[in-house]
Amino acid sequence: MNLQNPQRLQPKDYASDQEVRWCPGCGDYAILKAVQKTLADIGADPAMTVFVSGIGCAARFPYYLETYGFHTIHGRAPAFATGIKLANPALDVWVVGGDGDMLSIGGNQLMHALRRNVDLNILLFNNEIYGLTKGQYSPTSRLGTRSPSTPQGSVDRPVSALSFGLGSGARFVARSFDTAQKHLPEILRRAQAFKGAALVEILQNCIVYNDNAFAHITEREVAAERQLFVEHGKPLLFAGGKKGLRAKPGALKLEVVGVGEGGPEAAGVLLHDETDAELAHLLVRLEPPHFPVAFGVLYCAPAESYDAAVHRQAAEMRAKARTADLAQLMRSGPTWTVG
Amino acid sequence: MNDTATAPGHLAVSRRELESAVVRFAGDSGDGMQLTGGQFTLETALAGNDLATFPDFPAEIRAPAGTTFGVSAFQINFGQRRIKTAGDAVDVLVAMNPAALKVDLKDVKPGGLLILDTGAFTDKNLTKAGFATNPLTDGSLDGYRRLDVDMSALTLEAVKQSGLGRKDALRCKNMWALGLVAWLFDRDRKPTQDWLERKFAKEPAILAANLAALSAGHAYGETAEIGGEHLAFSVPPAPIEPGLYRNVTGTEALAWGLIFGGQLAGLPLWFCGYPITPASALLHSLAALKQFPVGTFQAEDEIAAISAAIGASYAGSLGVTSSSGPGIALKTEALGLAVAAELPLVLINSQRGGPSTGLPTKTEQSDLYQAVFGRNADAPLPVIAARSPGDCFDCAVEAVKLAVTYMTPVILLTDGYLANAAEPWKLPELLAYEPFPVRFHEERAGFQPFLRNAETLARVWAKPGTPGLTHRLGGLERDDKTGNISYDAENHHRMTKTRAAKVLGIADSLPLQGVEDGAERGRLAVVGWGSTYGPISRAVGNLRAAEHSVSHIHLRHIWPLPKNLKALLGGFERVLVPEMNNGQLVTLLRAETLIDCQSLAKIAGRPFKIAEIEEAALALLEDRR
Repeated sequence: MNLQNPQRLQPKDYASDQEVRWCPGCGDYAILKAVQKTLADIGADPAMTVFVSGIGCAARFPYYLETYGFHTIHGRAPAFATGIKLANPALDVWVVGGDGDMLSIGGNQLMHALRRNVDLNILLFNNEIYGLTKGQYSPTSRLGTRSPSTPQGSVDRPVSALSFGLGSGARFVARSFDTAQKHLPEILRRAQAFKGAALVEILQNCIVYNDNAFAHITEREVAAERQLFVEHGKPLLFAGGKKGLRAKPGALKLEVVGVGEGGPEAAGVLLHDETDAELAHLLVRLEPPHFPVAFGVLYCAPAESYDAAVHRQAAEMRAKARTADLAQLMRSGPTWTVG
Repeated sequence: MNDTATAPGHLAVSRRELESAVVRFAGDSGDGMQLTGGQFTLETALAGNDLATFPDFPAEIRAPAGTTFGVSAFQINFGQRRIKTAGDAVDVLVAMNPAALKVDLKDVKPGGLLILDTGAFTDKNLTKAGFATNPLTDGSLDGYRRLDVDMSALTLEAVKQSGLGRKDALRCKNMWALGLVAWLFDRDRKPTQDWLERKFAKEPAILAANLAALSAGHAYGETAEIGGEHLAFSVPPAPIEPGLYRNVTGTEALAWGLIFGGQLAGLPLWFCGYPITPASALLHSLAALKQFPVGTFQAEDEIAAISAAIGASYAGSLGVTSSSGPGIALKTEALGLAVAAELPLVLINSQRGGPSTGLPTKTEQSDLYQAVFGRNADAPLPVIAARSPGDCFDCAVEAVKLAVTYMTPVILLTDGYLANAAEPWKLPELLAYEPFPVRFHEERAGFQPFLRNAETLARVWAKPGTPGLTHRLGGLERDDKTGNISYDAENHHRMTKTRAAKVLGIADSLPLQGVEDGAERGRLAVVGWGSTYGPISRAVGNLRAAEHSVSHIHLRHIWPLPKNLKALLGGFERVLVPEMNNGQLVTLLRAETLIDCQSLAKIAGRPFKIAEIEEAALALLEDRR
């Protein structure tokens, strides 16, 4: 709802007057566009919208939006955002950061914002590399990644952003990618509507230091086989509906199954249930070559948000205490008069 | 020293009148000594004495029973004169076991009174405390007066009817000891009885046992044969400024001061903290006061705590965070952001012994450098320090005022001693404080996020939610008007100079530095800050009584320093700076005034003794180096 201007704002109205300084061809441009479209779609009031970021390429995001913005310190954006949301729960607070910012230095802050279920829209741009510091491998880089700091290839295994999210207790987990210009705004809209911590992993191409890191998923030729778009209540189908996911008999695993003329049901293809935590744990980890990557809202199980609970408790205490008189409080307990 | 008869209603006891007395309760960390001391403090305050206390407890929660490192002690100095410290030496030591005797005997005056629980002086406990022979019988305590009592047995006997098991029954021993000491000093037990009734309202057996132990200890004093000596004392009320008083710890005063500061500013408060000794108590205090516009947030770490506090300030509340040295170190990067973004914030440091984990439960003043200088780059901010538990109230109010008036983070230094110690406090008249309501910027025309007040240089505070004022703020250097990222060299020079000038300009609004005691010129100035106020004040008072030319100057404003400080110190031949660190304020004073100030350093985890300061002052006066 735009309270100031009865005319609906257009995506361009959410762009600030600052020159965007990402590298030409960076996936961040596409994400910025998708965010501006989302804000226009939901009729976001710029005055009530705050973008908070840490450090990194992605963290420049707030400067390019005509909303309130706070570019903070490395990794801690979720904590700043928590303070903002506690102080004014009416604000719509977005957190933007990369895989280094949120999963390396800021892993703790992300974990606790998710665990607490603070009403934040958290966008994690995952490009599997440190861009702003010129190309070192990141906590999401695949094993064997060659970079200036790992000339022989990295030997530590990557973290899965969304497994981390679910393990931290996130109640909304979704995935999209930078160039998915229809899908991404829809996912962002869902994240924004969720009253709690919504974690959205956005696969993002770093054209300079990790170009084509996701080409094996996003290129047109492989897209059908490598992308599974989930929808609540709908069968988990990909490859143009010719393949689906079913529960592997006798195991707590998913397996790919061909869908014949009998349709998905006959093939035993599972229906997506976004409230099912167990299914979500399986979906977030799927990856090529044996599986497609799952995109969409993988998990959504609303519960009272932290900020709402904190303010509810405060209201209860105020109601119970009836008065809040400091002078009276200071005179409670043993006192004595001299003279 | 004169004998007086006691009040009617008591058995006729001859009591020796004392000007002041120092009592220390010492026992295992599980013996309830802090609680016992706290109750005796209350009884003493209600008896009209001035007083000061010093709780001293181990870092371990429950160190192995009977060991010297598990000894927990609570000292109180009270008198019919003004009391300024917890006392240099102990008149009465209550030792609940051999370990307590072992640790605390060295602080007892020659001829002082030892009250010993002989029931705890078992072979096992003697060995644990490291006694080769039994001090009760080996003559090593000959220089002291003694009251040997089997408190354990007498407590068990007294609480027999309560039906408690032996272990629970023995836990009432501290109340037995309190009863005895209350008799010794003619204190009314009623406040403690009332307190027990509130505390154990739902546990009648425990309540009955504690009340019985308290009475039994008191009755023991009345009826026991105590060798015909003057063991009973009286300490008449002190001449104290008229008014309504209560006991207050630094932590309580801070909590109330912060709330009051918020009220004067017209802002809700968000206190964001992470547990750390000895600062956690403030989080607990404020968490229980949510009937006021105060929120508390226990963050996942120190960094998140300050980050959330800054976030709250950004959104238009007043963010407050607190910690101790190691935690402050973790907050440092975010503190730099608050300096750069020019957002208000109050950061309270309850200093403790360091470096690193150091001495978590012991007091020190060793974070002055950290507060004034401890950030990357040129990142000035105001630093103030509280001198006493009650002073924490006014310092908290001032910290809030500076933060919102100058749009800056403010560091308020307290220490472990101030946080835990209690003193009688004359309740302030809240209506006498001048409000300083915050006016958020709402004017769209000509808005720039770094528009400044010409006088204070504070930038405007435009909070999210304000229509038409959307803007971006951050840690990258920003244009001195628009706040947009600017790497312009001249702009950075100008912004750095502006930030420094803003903080230095605070000195223009401060009262000139005065002299606490003594003349404005003379042979020696003793300059202190923080919780050394008590011992310096008494030491200077004693020296002046002996007609030495000494003055006491005590700083609240550590940065910026008061404008007249150089001129003031210049009026003295010598300057002595006692600090509970290895010489930090003294460095700052020398740098800022070019005056040859001398350091008196004590880094023992304990406050100064009066005598230590007198000695150092006399050495300078006599020019002994």
